[in-house]
Parts: sequence; C-alpha cells; structure tokens
Amino acid sequence: MSAQQTTAIGANIPVTIDGMDIRVPLKTTILDAAKELGIRIPTLCHHADLCEGGLCRVCVVEVEGKRTLQASCAYPITEPMKIKTSSAKVRKARKNILQLMLSNHAGDCTTCNRNQNCELQKLASEYGITTHPFGKVKRPKYAIDHSSLSVVRDNNKCILCRRCERTCAEIQGVNALVTANRGIETEIQTFMNLPLGDTMCINCGQCINRCPTGALQTVDATCDVWKAIDDPKKHVVIQTAPAPRAAIAECFGEAPGTPRTFEMNTALRRAGFNKVFDTNFTADLTILEEGTELLKRLYGALVQKDASVALPQFTSCSPGWIKYIEQFYPEYLPNVSSAKSPQQMFGALIKTYYAEKNGVDPKDIVSVSLMPCTAKKYECARPEMNDSGFKDIDYVLTTRELGKLIKEAGIDLPQMPKSDFDEPFGTATGSGVIFGATGGVMESAIRTVVELVCGIQIEDLFEHANVIPVRGFEGVRYAELPISAVGPVPEVLKDVVPDWNWLKDATLKVAICHGTANAQKVMDDIRAGGKFSECHFIEFMACPGGCLGGGGQPIPTNKDIRSKRANAIYAEDMAYTVRKSHLNEAVLRLYKEFLTDGIGGHKAHHLLHTSYTDRSLGVRGSNK
Amino acid sequence: MINTPTNQLSFSDASCGTGLKNALAMPRAKVISTVSDSGIRGRGGAGFPVSVKWNLCGLAKGDKKFVVCNADEGEPGTFKDRVLLDDFAALVFDGMTIAAYAAGASEGILYLRAEYAYLRDGLEEMLRMRRKEGLLGENILGSKLNFDIQIFMGGGAYVCGEETALIESLEGNRGEPRNRPPFPIDMGYFNQPTVVNNVETLAWVSCIFEKGAAWFKDQGTEGSAGPKLFSVSGDCQKGGVYEFPMGITIAELLTQVGGDDAKCVQIGGASGRLVPSSEFNRRICFEDVATGGSIIVFGQNRKALDIAENFLEFFEEESCGQCTPCRDGNEKLLKGIRMLKDGTCSMQRLLSLKDLAETMQLASRCGLGQSSPNIFLDVINQYDNEFELTSDANSEPECRIGA
Repeated sequence: MSAQQTTAIGANIPVTIDGMDIRVPLKTTILDAAKELGIRIPTLCHHADLCEGGLCRVCVVEVEGKRTLQASCAYPITEPMKIKTSSAKVRKARKNILQLMLSNHAGDCTTCNRNQNCELQKLASEYGITTHPFGKVKRPKYAIDHSSLSVVRDNNKCILCRRCERTCAEIQGVNALVTANRGIETEIQTFMNLPLGDTMCINCGQCINRCPTGALQTVDATCDVWKAIDDPKKHVVIQTAPAPRAAIAECFGEAPGTPRTFEMNTALRRAGFNKVFDTNFTADLTILEEGTELLKRLYGALVQKDASVALPQFTSCSPGWIKYIEQFYPEYLPNVSSAKSPQQMFGALIKTYYAEKNGVDPKDIVSVSLMPCTAKKYECARPEMNDSGFKDIDYVLTTRELGKLIKEAGIDLPQMPKSDFDEPFGTATGSGVIFGATGGVMESAIRTVVELVCGIQIEDLFEHANVIPVRGFEGVRYAELPISAVGPVPEVLKDVVPDWNWLKDATLKVAICHGTANAQKVMDDIRAGGKFSECHFIEFMACPGGCLGGGGQPIPTNKDIRSKRANAIYAEDMAYTVRKSHLNEAVLRLYKEFLTDGIGGHKAHHLLHTSYTDRSLGVRGSNK
Repeated sequence: MINTPTNQLSFSDASCGTGLKNALAMPRAKVISTVSDSGIRGRGGAGFPVSVKWNLCGLAKGDKKFVVCNADEGEPGTFKDRVLLDDFAALVFDGMTIAAYAAGASEGILYLRAEYAYLRDGLEEMLRMRRKEGLLGENILGSKLNFDIQIFMGGGAYVCGEETALIESLEGNRGEPRNRPPFPIDMGYFNQPTVVNNVETLAWVSCIFEKGAAWFKDQGTEGSAGPKLFSVSGDCQKGGVYEFPMGITIAELLTQVGGDDAKCVQIGGASGRLVPSSEFNRRICFEDVATGGSIIVFGQNRKALDIAENFLEFFEEESCGQCTPCRDGNEKLLKGIRMLKDGTCSMQRLLSLKDLAETMQLASRCGLGQSSPNIFLDVINQYDNEFELTSDANSEPECRIGA
C-alpha cells in the first residue's frame, strides 16, 4: 500500500508490460512507462500540459493482482508490477467506454469543425466502433453558445474529459469553465451558466486547443474573408503574425517546427489576398513606441521624481493578458503600456498610411490579420480600435482557419514557391519575428534599448544578439541587466531625454511570464511589494510558450510541439540580416513620411496607442 | 435504540473514557497490536483491517496527520451510525482519540452527513465537555497526546461517503473520488497522511480497549471478527438497528426481525448484492456477503425490476459524474431496466448491457461505479423469469444493431 517505505526516491522500479521488461523511475505513470516501450495506450482526458486525469477511463490497463482495471494515465508506479495493456478484458472495457461516449455525443462528424482531427473519432475508428448498442442522441440537449467573440461552445459534443476546465484553472487561473451538477446531469458550465461572452473568459482559446472533440471551437471568420476576397470592389490585405508561420505547416501534415513563411506568402496571394504584409513591421514599431514609453517612465520616475509614474511597465501585445488584468488587477492598468498590440497598430496604419500612399480608398480596404490567437478576435472588436476612422482590423483568422481557407482554395501550401512580403512595409527584422515566443518582446526591447542607451552593439554583450537570459519556457523568469556605460542620445530620442547619465550604473530589472496563472503569481507578488514590484519592465503573455502556443494554433499543441515551433522562430530570427527593431528601414521611413512628429509624438499617439477599461468582476462573475 | 436479541448489547455497558484511558496507558505499538489482535476490519463496508491503516499512517511522512470519522452515512437503508452518534457519541470520540494516538495524528474531523444536522449541537456540546474534562486538547488524560476534534457538515452527496471524495469535500472542492494510489494514509486531507474510519469502527475500537481484544475476536467468524450493527428495513415486522455477531446467516437474521417470508434481501445497500431466498443460508461477513450494515428486506409481492429501477435511479443521480463508465453507464442500465419493464428490450441489447455492467465493475474510478451494476446483474441473472425479451433488435427504435 505504501511503497515509498521500501523503495527509495530515484530508484528504478522493474515492471513488465505486455511481456516486456523495463525499469522506470519511481512514480512514472503506467502510460509513460508503456510509451517507453513503444506501446500506445489510448487516452482522452489525459493531456501532457495538465494534471493527471483518470476520468475518461479509456486508458485502463490490467495490473496483475488488482481486482479492477487501472487508469494508466493516473497510476504512479511505486512497486514492481505486471501490466497488460491490450488484453481482451481491456479491449472490451475500452470499446464499451467509447460506445458510452458516442451514445451521448451529439453531432455528425462530416459537418463538424474537428472532422479528421478529433480524438474521439480517431479512437472510435481504431476500436472498430460501427454500431450504437446503447442508443444515440436523437436531438441536441444544449443550445450552442455563440455569445463569445472568440470561442463557440457546443456542449452536445462534450465528453466531459474536463481538459478545458483544467486548462482554464491550471494554466490560466481564470476558471471560466467549471464542472457543474452530478451524475448524468454533469456538464461543463460557465459561472452561473452565463453566456461565455458575458463571463470572465479571457478569450485565449487554450481550452479549444485542448478539447479532444468539437465541443469548443473558434468563432470562424473564413466565410467573411471569402466574401471579401470574392468581392471585386474590395482591396483585401492580410498581415501575418510570426507565430502562425512557424505552425501553418502542421495544418498540411508537416512536422511541427517546419518553417513555411515564404511559401505561405505565395499561397495567400493565390488564394486572392491583394497584399501580404508582415506583422513584424508593427512589432518593430511596438518596440520603438513601447521602448520609448519605458524610457520616458524611467526618466519621469528616476530623474523628475514624478510619483505618479507607474512602474514596472507591463507589455500590452497579448489581448488575453489585457482582458485578464482589466478584470483581475484593474488597479494596475496604469502600468500597462499604452502602445497597441502590433495587430492593432498595423490595422490603424493600413487604413491611413498605406491607403494614402497607394491611393486606395480606406473604405474599400478589408484588413485581415493572421494570428495564432483567438483573443485577437475580441481585441479587434473593441470600440476603441477604430482610430483610422474605420474598424481598424476587419477580420482575424487563426492559423487553423487559414489552413482551412488555403485547403479550400485548392492550394498545397508546402509546395508553393517562396515569395516575399509586400511593400511598403517590407520584410521586418529578427526582433519582430521573436515576438512569437515567450521572452521575445523582452529580448527585442533589450536589443534596441541597450543599443540606443549604451551606444554599443548588443553583440558586445550577447553573442549573435541572442539574449539568452530571457529565453526559455520557465513560467516566470527574471533577469538583471547592468548598464555600465551610456552613449549619446540618438537623434530619434532627442525630444525624449537630454542625456543618459541618469542611467549610468543602473541595473535594468526585467521579468517574463506566460500563462495567466503565472501572471497571477507575478501580480500577487507585485501587490505584496515583492521582487517583481522592483522590476522596470515585465512581459506578460496569456498563452503558455507565448504566441507560438496560442489558442488559434494547430491542434494538438503541447510542450514538445511548442518547443519545436520556438526553434523555427529563433532560426528565422538568425536568418535575418537586420535583427534589431530600431534598424528597420521601413519603420524609420514611416516616421519620416507619416508619423512626422516622431516616436511617441501626437500622431503616433493617436494611431498607435490606446487606453484600457476597468472590468472588475461583479459578484456574478460577469464582465459586463 | 439498538436491538440485541441476544441481550448482549456491547455498547450500553461500555463506559465513556475507559477504553481511551486504557489505550493511552499503552505504548503506541501495543495499541496497534491490540487492534490487530482483535481482528477488527472497517465497518463502513470495505472491511480494510483497521490496524494496518493506522500503522501505515503512523509510518507515513507528513507535517501533520489527521483522523477523520466518516459519518456521511449515505448508503440507502443504513442508519446505524445515526443511532450511535445519538446514543453513544462518547465512544466514537474516544475511538477517534485512540486512532489519533496510534496513527500520530493531532487533528480530528467528524464529517457529519448533511441530513444529520440536528445532531450537531449535541455533538458540539459533547466536544466542549470533553475539552473541559481533559479528554481533548493538550496532554489528554495526562498523556503526551495533543488532539482535538472539529465537526464538518457534508453537503448531501452520496459519493462523499467514499473516503477520497469525503476528503475533497473537506478541502472545499467538489466531492469527487481521487485517483488511488496515493491512498489517504499517505496523501489525504491537504495531502497529509489521513486515517478515515467509519463511525461504527471507532465505537468498536473503544469497546475493544475496554473489554479486550479477545472479547472481540471471540465473536464473529475467522475472517470477520466481532459483532456488527445492522440497519434493517423493508418488508419485515421489526425494522431497526440490530447488533449481531458477524457470520450470522441471512435466514437467522430474518427470523429475528420478522422477515421469514422474504422474497429476497438486499445486503449492503444499493451498492450491495441482492440475495434470493434460495440463498438465505449464506452468511453475512466479509468471506461471504459483505455489508456495511444495510439490510433491506423485500417481500413476495415485490418485483425484481422495480427494485433495480429504484436503485439505478439513485445511482444515475448520485454518480459524481467524473468517470465515463459510472456517469453514462448507470443511465444506460436504468434505461435497459425500463425497456425490460416495457417489454421492448431485445436479447442483443441485454447482452450489450451485461457487457457494459461488467465494464463498469472493472473500469469505474471508485467503488460507486464498480458496485452500482451489481443490482442490474443480480436482477437479470436471478429473476429472468420476470421479464420477456423481444427477438428483433430492429424493434428498438433508437438503436440499429449491426453484426
């Protein structure tokens, strides 16, 4: 019963699985031990990112000496044992369990968004389920919840694996989705069963990414985008964020981490987009605007002793994070950079700068963005995102939706010839690209700020400009950067500060965190006056791994896949000749031609900055 | 009140504090060996040896250890714990204190069933008195034991009688059974080593330390020592709480309670077994038909399908809803029973449901789903003369049965 008395921690325990012997570390699950031997045990409630399930029971195995079958995903090996993973008993149980799920799973596979990428469908096929011995649902029990701008909930397809609930609680700390009721009435609910769009949901879509079936889906914009493409009067442009291009290959059956940026550009043009832009352009622009804002804040606080300056400054690119802080820590909204996210900056510029420069009437422009993110759909619908005089971004497509659209266009994306992004925004810098990974915004900011302040090359401090201390997948990371020498104030910042002497010998303290459950830890530390309250700049990303692990990325997404996408992103960064935002020619041209009163100037402020809303939750957990 | 046809009511002559005093005078190891010698197994139904549980908890590593008294008496047809808490609560608290001493625990929790709220004030008063008398608190009865007990009200879910669901409920979570292992003795309440014992178990422990392990061991059978309380209800003349030695035959018990004419008896509550009159010579003990104490007598005019329907309605609602076999399986079994009642169930469907019932027994996450199909299987196996099957699977409107 209590094996740790006899088995030391770290010891390897001999187990026999399907007649094969293996030794595994104490508390390895049967599932993982079997995997080592190349045995694939089916799972549904299990997800590598989440705490143990043991709920769906499809992974049950026979353990010698145990009366009942054991859930292999939740059984820690603490003593030698003999296991059978596919005996007749086990196969019968699995089949029965799948048949039970199918008996309460309403929906027609051919009309489901997850057709051919559904874990239930796959197992039903593998286990040869061809009948419904326990009946099947004749009419749907639940109305489909379309209230959210990002997530569609169809509880009729829910198999109660509770991955969404665990995602929302463990990774995001939001708890928008919870299990309610008991017995056959058990269901996933929102707080007080409110429509999802009225709850504290931050629209991150991480639940969609972990749903094994079609119970949680993305609000689909492909029809709207097709309509725009098909309308000859419309000038349809698309900006593409860095994370989708590191993942779009997965939609076409290629291995995670296969870069297809330039093939994708061709595919987009063939699908009918008039122009293909690189969101990295505004990522670079963000660095200039947000970096300048940081320097202004530091100058205000340290030199002008202005007590009203809020520090640390928080990044603002992740719309899931923005809704999170608006709801849960609204008293810290002054800390959030007023710089819009790259998507929204681009939106404002396309219908002004681009329209003007290319003689297109902005009302004829349909501005689409390709994002790894479902929260971007919510962001672009915010009433304040109309600074161009129009809705700055008309439609957001997630990576998954784009995959569908490209397939519908009959295009085999990986086979496309390569082509570049369109002018006048050109190809951006490596700094823009790494916005797609956790720590990327911080790294880009450091590359630029160090060069502008210290007057040195970032390569003098970090080999190949790779700011390794801020990289990685640790949920919360902290780094210090001593400023030992300062240089002259560059031309672009002449209006901001007279000199840098006040920063000499200062230590820049920064932190990075991803997943809002981690953000909660950092925010609580700040509230308590801890280490993070002394930071100058903190990068927050709502999704684990940053944008590359976004809720709009291909399914599945997990730790291993995130790390492969990150490799693709950092490789693309290395391939750029220009890797620092402040050296982006197109950005500098923008300030010269259009935002003529400079970085952080009046015009830039009007188009590129925004404000936030206190969305403190009422007692009903509603955000309204 | 407790009926004792043998006139040997073990509780009424047990006195508060005596067993506890005797136990605290022994070294800890001796307490465990005494419990081991008595042969007592858990009275909640599963029958796990009490001494093993206490010993393992004592050996487990933890910052703090807990003793939880499971008073979530939710099994249909059982009410003996209520009587114990009403009349002999002092023995239960004594037992918890002995358990704490043996397992090295410093905090005790009585998890009281929501429906027993009316008992709470009296129990709280008794706890206050015990603190005054030095039976709780620091250096209990002059020993080195520091221990106190608090009462926690359950929320009314049947599944919270399962010890890990009970612990989840104590922690303020949904009452849902945990994956096991780890077991509560290693990782229980807030992941600390925790002993969970039934009310009756703890009361008997007090008696064992007053009357001796041999007194207990001498009663009952080889594998099921001691006397046992039974909650008897249903079609009999004298329902109520009874004390009988373990190993009593069903027939003997029925004679005592005035139920000789029974058609069948459900032993162990809704999750137990339905024993037909042809098997009334079977003994009630862990070696034969086990029970936590619930005995429901069914007279000759009862229909087996009605019994199954009633219990399955209960399970369909009381499944915690976590695992597929239990949550969805109970609904299908209930539907099957209703089809049998309507005469619309095919042979094919019945075979599928039998298969399903076996899967539920094997693959459910906790004892609820592992035992809820018992009633389905017992009824269709033993009372197949009470229903007809249709021959044509296609007559079932909602299912197309293939090859």
